[in-house]
Amino acid sequence: MNLKKINIENKKIRDLIPQVLTVLALISVIFYFATNAQINMGNRGISFGFGFLSQEASFDIAFSLIEFDGSYSYGRAFLVGLLNTILVSIIGIFLATILGVIVGVARLSNNYLIAKTAEWYVEIFRNIPLILQIFFWYFAALRALPAPENAINFYDISFLTIKGWYIPKFVWINFDIFCYSLILAFISIYFLNRYAKKQREEYGKILPTFTLSLGILISIPLLSFLLLGVSLSFNYPELKQLSETSYTYEKGVSIIPELIALALALSMYTATFIAENVRAGVIGVGKGQKEAAASIGLNKGQILKLVVMPQALRIIIPPTTNQYLNLTKNSSLAAAIAYPDMVLVFAKTALMQTGRAIEIISITMLTYLSLSISISILMNWYNKKMAIKEK
Amino acid sequence: MILTNLKPTKEKINTFLPLGSIFVIFAFLDVLTNTFLNQNITGFLPQTLSYIAPLLLGYIGFYLIRIEFSGIKFLDKLNKNINSSNFNAFLTLLILFIIIKAISPLMNWLILEANFAGSSKDDCTGNGACWVFIKVWFNRLMYGLYPDVEQWRVNSAFILLFALVGIAFFVPQKIKKYFIIFLLFVYPFIGIKLLSGGSFGLVYVETAAWGGLSLTFIISAFAILFCFPIGVFLALGRRSSLPAIRYISIGFIELWRGVPLITVLFMAAVMFPMFLPDGTFIDKLIRVLIAITLFEAAYMAEVVRGGLQALPKGQYEAAKSLGMGYWRMNVLIILPQALKLVIPGIANTLLALVKDTPLIFVVGLMELAGMIGLAKTNPKWLGMAMEGYVFAGLVFWIICYAMSRYSQNLEKKLSTER
Repeated sequence: MNLKKINIENKKIRDLIPQVLTVLALISVIFYFATNAQINMGNRGISFGFGFLSQEASFDIAFSLIEFDGSYSYGRAFLVGLLNTILVSIIGIFLATILGVIVGVARLSNNYLIAKTAEWYVEIFRNIPLILQIFFWYFAALRALPAPENAINFYDISFLTIKGWYIPKFVWINFDIFCYSLILAFISIYFLNRYAKKQREEYGKILPTFTLSLGILISIPLLSFLLLGVSLSFNYPELKQLSETSYTYEKGVSIIPELIALALALSMYTATFIAENVRAGVIGVGKGQKEAAASIGLNKGQILKLVVMPQALRIIIPPTTNQYLNLTKNSSLAAAIAYPDMVLVFAKTALMQTGRAIEIISITMLTYLSLSISISILMNWYNKKMAIKEK
Repeated sequence: MILTNLKPTKEKINTFLPLGSIFVIFAFLDVLTNTFLNQNITGFLPQTLSYIAPLLLGYIGFYLIRIEFSGIKFLDKLNKNINSSNFNAFLTLLILFIIIKAISPLMNWLILEANFAGSSKDDCTGNGACWVFIKVWFNRLMYGLYPDVEQWRVNSAFILLFALVGIAFFVPQKIKKYFIIFLLFVYPFIGIKLLSGGSFGLVYVETAAWGGLSLTFIISAFAILFCFPIGVFLALGRRSSLPAIRYISIGFIELWRGVPLITVLFMAAVMFPMFLPDGTFIDKLIRVLIAITLFEAAYMAEVVRGGLQALPKGQYEAAKSLGMGYWRMNVLIILPQALKLVIPGIANTLLALVKDTPLIFVVGLMELAGMIGLAKTNPKWLGMAMEGYVFAGLVFWIICYAMSRYSQNLEKKLSTER
């Protein structure tokens, strides 16, 4: 009895020693760095603090979603950068998903040529560093576009030039009412689906939910146009001569070449990984599942929708979210081609001006970190929800 | 009735097969003459119709030769693989025509109209690529700003490495151990001394002059060497039963995995010097190397953890019941099996590491992509971005493709034993 007790205590002590040592080592390293940083900052006459965020930034940003010029603060500049990062990430994720799904399905095609083409697409774009792809699009491919006066013309609506892509500007009147009508449409679709599910489960009636939902989605916003005074018009870009040899387009919206190059490279690169995920997901659904579904009389569309997709998505979604996260992190490569994202605006320009390396790098890293952690928390929640519930 | 007569069947193979083949051959003939001979044999048609004529003809032809169980082996194979339905036939034609159309300008740019001879930009005439650019800058692209007369040192360091690795594969098991220890613990110092010099009669070359493709290899080699053991320790730490060690490992791993490499590099270049005592200076290359190593180690740790988790609990229990302690159990029983399970993951991490190395140019180190950025802004060589990035892309593609192929083979080879 006594012996056993001593043994347990021994084990406790044995476990405690390495832990205490590690924690002590960590604390002393942090303490060492912190004292050095304090001394260094004292020597340079700066003190640690985030007050600089409200100082005037006095630099301009080439592309911004919210109003910005030199008179705004560093905090505002950070916000501009963050919004630009989010913008390119959303565009990239959207394009990468479409391309990735197409390529992934094409790799499973029974057409030899299509499967091979998709395979080579994946092999080529996955094995070239992303930064080189961005450089290629920005410095080589997009520089080969014509000057504004000889722009590639898409039916006089939009123009592709070396200075960027000019698209029509949307001019809304009563945009808020339109948004409310969209929200209303989505709410009614949600209730319609609940009602349809109830009908199906209790009375065996099958309602044409998809057609009805589409009808609601189109008709309610349309009503807001007709009855509530919402209107939409377009400002088409127009060629304007600045001087004898220099032209530009005005009135429309200009999408800068940096954004195009970055979005193209990010989506083409990430699409290869998504394609592999999609392929693995579809292969992962056993053949027996499809056969079983067919034998209980489901048709082809139903098999896909009710049996294959739910199981394939369970395999596809977790690694694909990871790829979305990677894409967002990779969008920081924008700094290499001067797309004003968070890293370029904040961690480069603002850092150079203020010299506050520790604060700025910490804020930038923490922003990315909180983004990653929130997505992974969301992912864990989703995984738990989707996991096969064994009885 | 007419429709059923038009359906290609085996009975009417003698009519349908020649007819369909003629359509298909004519479609391809049209595209080929169009691209290579600049002759439009369907020029008599209206322009739009002439444009889609080969697609239309090929489509009809493919429909006519889609005869099930024709008994002709080649035809059956063709139908099964590229012509199984109307939609497939359409896609097949589209892809083939695009390839034929694209191959001509591509070959022209790459080889036929490209310039290989010469020594300056003026030698590049014609519309093709100017490979003279690569030829003139080749030395810089490979060695960066490393002095020309000293480049044998870079070469010999790499030759020595490859020779040692090569020999290590063939020597008997007994000596192999010492070879690997030598490679891991002695060679890195020899390599660094050889590259940087400063003693043994070698001229000192500062790390700022290192660059080009050789720098990519140096960084990859060192990072691979060090990120692997650190990653294994972190993975073990994350699965440790001691809470303090577990939480520190989790925090460390998630911190590195949550931020982009570019911010880590900025941190190493700009922020880290602030944390050192005044007057101490660590070389930028070393700072960047440490940053990349720690960054990749976090990813490696997650891969190794996957292997550790996949191992059945019985393995741990069996090892413990033999009286093994924690370290003996992990080194002798757990890790060999766990690592084997995750070889593809390890290879992918190493691949990602190699693909990440060009990023170091953001802190001013010039490896291959950085050197091309430097070369293309040289006033004598403006407008050579396409050639430069195509070349760099090709070099990296060959390296990465070879690595991924090797890992696939390794996976196959090792999986047979289980």
